[in-house]
Amino acid sequence: MLLALEPLNLMLIIIGVSVGLFIGAMPGLGSVNGVAILLPVTFLVPPSGAIIFLAAIYYGAMYGGAVSSITLGIPGASTAVATTFDGRPLARQGRASLALVTAAIASFIGGSVANILFTAFAPLLASVALSFGPPEVFALMLLAFATFVGLGGDDIPKTIFSICFGLVIGAVGFDEISGAPRLVLFDINGFLQGIGFLVLAIGVYGIGEMLWTIEQTRGEVTKTTPKMTVKGMAADTKEAAKRGWKGTTIGSFLGFFVGILPAAGATPGSLMSYGVAKMLSRTPDEFGKGSPDGVAAPEAANNSASTGSMLPMLTLGIPGSPTTAILLGGMVIWGLTPGPRLFVDEQEFVWGLIGSFYISNAAALLINLAFIPLFIWMLRMPFTILAPMIFVLSIAGGFAATRDMFDVWLMVIFGIGAFFLRKFDYPLAPAVLAIVLGPIAEPTLRQSLLLSSGDPSIFFTRPIAGPITVVALILIFLPLFKYLRRKKAQAAG
Amino acid sequence: MRLGEIVTAGVLAILSIYLMWKSTELPVGYIAGEGPGGGAWPFWLSGIMLLSCGMIALNWWRGTSPPSQSDEPMLDGYGWRMLALVGGGIIGFVALVNIISMYGAIAVFLLYYTRALGRHPWTLVLPLSLLTPIALFFFFEGAMTITMPTGMPFMDPIFDIGYEIIY
Repeated sequence: MLLALEPLNLMLIIIGVSVGLFIGAMPGLGSVNGVAILLPVTFLVPPSGAIIFLAAIYYGAMYGGAVSSITLGIPGASTAVATTFDGRPLARQGRASLALVTAAIASFIGGSVANILFTAFAPLLASVALSFGPPEVFALMLLAFATFVGLGGDDIPKTIFSICFGLVIGAVGFDEISGAPRLVLFDINGFLQGIGFLVLAIGVYGIGEMLWTIEQTRGEVTKTTPKMTVKGMAADTKEAAKRGWKGTTIGSFLGFFVGILPAAGATPGSLMSYGVAKMLSRTPDEFGKGSPDGVAAPEAANNSASTGSMLPMLTLGIPGSPTTAILLGGMVIWGLTPGPRLFVDEQEFVWGLIGSFYISNAAALLINLAFIPLFIWMLRMPFTILAPMIFVLSIAGGFAATRDMFDVWLMVIFGIGAFFLRKFDYPLAPAVLAIVLGPIAEPTLRQSLLLSSGDPSIFFTRPIAGPITVVALILIFLPLFKYLRRKKAQAAG
Repeated sequence: MRLGEIVTAGVLAILSIYLMWKSTELPVGYIAGEGPGGGAWPFWLSGIMLLSCGMIALNWWRGTSPPSQSDEPMLDGYGWRMLALVGGGIIGFVALVNIISMYGAIAVFLLYYTRALGRHPWTLVLPLSLLTPIALFFFFEGAMTITMPTGMPFMDPIFDIGYEIIY
């Protein structure tokens, strides 16, 4: 544990968190970019310092993801999609500081809870994670969808259309099971590489949403963002604790549990936490309109899940996310072998790394809070400067993420399409969620059916998958039953 | 809005049919002992999209959805002008990337938006339009080692100067 407190490692943590925060705040860039790009730099320091540095970048980027979601309304990474739903409305109401403070505190608590669980139960949790096969992961994805059924609003056909559209768009490219090209639209080769989450998310939020705002406000957006003061920040901290504790608690535990599952990761964790927080809230109607709980739940969850995803990597040698895959590669290069023996053979390294999680988390909170006035200042810019800046960051960030102008053009098409669909009350958030979860759900569904020789009862007969599937189905059909009962009551009188 | 609602539903229904048809390039049925074929997932989901469009059309006919009850135009004069100026500006921006590079296109777009649409003074417009792409160049090319499109060959001398500073 003392390893993390060595001066060099402390310095690496502070630099790593700061760099990660900045990279995470850029739309299109996330922890995976930061960790991948700075991997060669780590050869200048000892292996323990190197992994601590990369873990600090990972933490910083998770905090930074919330910044672009709240201030710009663009979820720069899939882990921050759910933060946009309430973070952006809060920013629009002039409460960006509350949203940012809530995100920072929830992230810190989520990270802390995960660190404690990690320290105490690492080997035990690793065995639980290992018992999750394709049927369990599919059941979990079904549950994630179920928690989001109420997200679309009142128009059920439009919500269903939006979900299915996201799922179909996520299926473009190659069939993962047979390897055959699939849905190569208009036979354009660009579609062979698939349509990534960021292409749709930046199109919908970075372009479509901005066009909508400009049209609705007739280009005259009123600046409601007050100046950031120490007193204001203290009041926001108090309000964040009061109105965000429930979401933070749900996100911290649920995020960690989903994060440790090798195929899941931080994105489903944050989405599910948002959905569950909404379901358990006394004021579910506030969600989507600027609820601090709606910011706290996904933010606590994505930080918690990030720590959780380190668990299968360290204990089993299975990366839970693209970022941990790069970390895994780094460890191998440094001569460390992830797996059950790591905790026995490299005790100093493992506990030093876990110690660095605690310090990185605390450093990320302090650095993030220190930067909040700068983020608030950005929002105080005249809208005719902020809007083109958002367009520029969307296009440049979108290209940086995919390195393909074809995807940039798709982003523009999705953005203009989203503007028109929004005019006719089509909810677009379900499509963005579906494109994130679909590429996990479909392969696990088909792998499960291959395992059972095509017998769908596999989802009901396995001890973990069965109960999750039943709960998910109840949650999916409950709103439909309520809707039909309401209609019947209306018809009766 | 009322006309727009049914036209949109119609366009989306055509898109759904196209996606269903395209999905049939792979098996869309249930293969005994294996489960659904490679095209089944998008095929049936597109089918649900088509059914949803039918429901939207039904709601339009019954006049139960808000847009189907509205007599307002989908976009008024300001809306169309905004879409042409801002949306057109974005399309122009992306079209310029392969000609004058990503950074050149950023400079032109910022100049256009802040001056022509924002009506800001030149003292703000010029520094903003020039310094933003320069800062992004050093961030992406230098710090993140991400190479953005450099445009046509006539832009090379400008990039050579930038790369000389970085490397």
